[in-house]
Amino acid sequence: MIAFFQQPWPWYVAGPLIGLLVPALLLTGNKTFGISSNFRHICAACAPGNIPFFKFNWKKESWNFVFAIGILAGGWIAVTLLGNGQPASIHPSLAADLAVYGIQPEVAMVPSTLFGIDQLFTVRGLILMVGGGLLVGFGTRYAGGCTSGHSIMGLSALQWPSLVATVAFMAGGFLMANLILPYLLAL
Amino acid sequence: MKYLKYLLFGILFGIILVKAEMISWFRIQEMFRLQSFHMYGIIGSAVLTGIISVWLIRRFNIKTIHGETVVIPEKKFNRGQIYGGLLFGLGWAMTGACPGPLFAQAGTGAAAVSVTILSAIAGTWLYGRFREKLPH
Repeated sequence: MIAFFQQPWPWYVAGPLIGLLVPALLLTGNKTFGISSNFRHICAACAPGNIPFFKFNWKKESWNFVFAIGILAGGWIAVTLLGNGQPASIHPSLAADLAVYGIQPEVAMVPSTLFGIDQLFTVRGLILMVGGGLLVGFGTRYAGGCTSGHSIMGLSALQWPSLVATVAFMAGGFLMANLILPYLLAL
Repeated sequence: MKYLKYLLFGILFGIILVKAEMISWFRIQEMFRLQSFHMYGIIGSAVLTGIISVWLIRRFNIKTIHGETVVIPEKKFNRGQIYGGLLFGLGWAMTGACPGPLFAQAGTGAAAVSVTILSAIAGTWLYGRFREKLPH
């Protein structure tokens, strides 16, 4: 039984389950699915610094923080109890491209050759982790949401600004992965 | 106690993110290099399920468990969705994670991801600080 859940889950299982989180949150508490707002709530709680954008009643949004803690716990449960110890299979041409930079497939889904603690002391690691993190935090708030808030929740409610945001997310991703990242990985 | 359900939904989401390999840096690269259908299948079927669910809720005026009418705040268009969206997309392909997966990655024991999360909080703070000066 456990072995059944330990295999990687196919897209047609994961996708509908994630989609069902939308009505689950709406119907149990009138909450809209979203994650990136947490960063704003944390700013408001810890370092509002007299900035109007961070002056709001963040305590009302605590459910969102509990949701994020749940995701963290879920990640731990998935690797501890439901892990299969196998490295993810990756597309041969991606594997060949990455091997040039010394990046091999690993059991860990976050490659330690790029995102290990020791990589924080390299230019490449610093740019990917700190630079990438800054872009994620700045960009999602500027866009008013992330893949959850816009691409899942916004599109589910047929809100066209969310489609604009989703197209922009994908455009940025294509640009980085294909045109810029090769130079960063070579650092 | 009233937050317990959000903890459970979060745990479920975290498990799905890991078991469907959505937090894998490699899967994100495959998506942006058009080398795999996996992520498109997940996002597509999630959106389809969401659209049907929201349509049913609206069509039959389904109430919450507390008897309230379901309210979905309207998202208003501004140019931030384009500029910010592009910037987030760049960061998404670098870190291999959007905000939800960042928390799941940290949960799998990738300790250095906490630096990425702190940077994301700092990025959000910078947006708040310079918001008035940015084109929207």
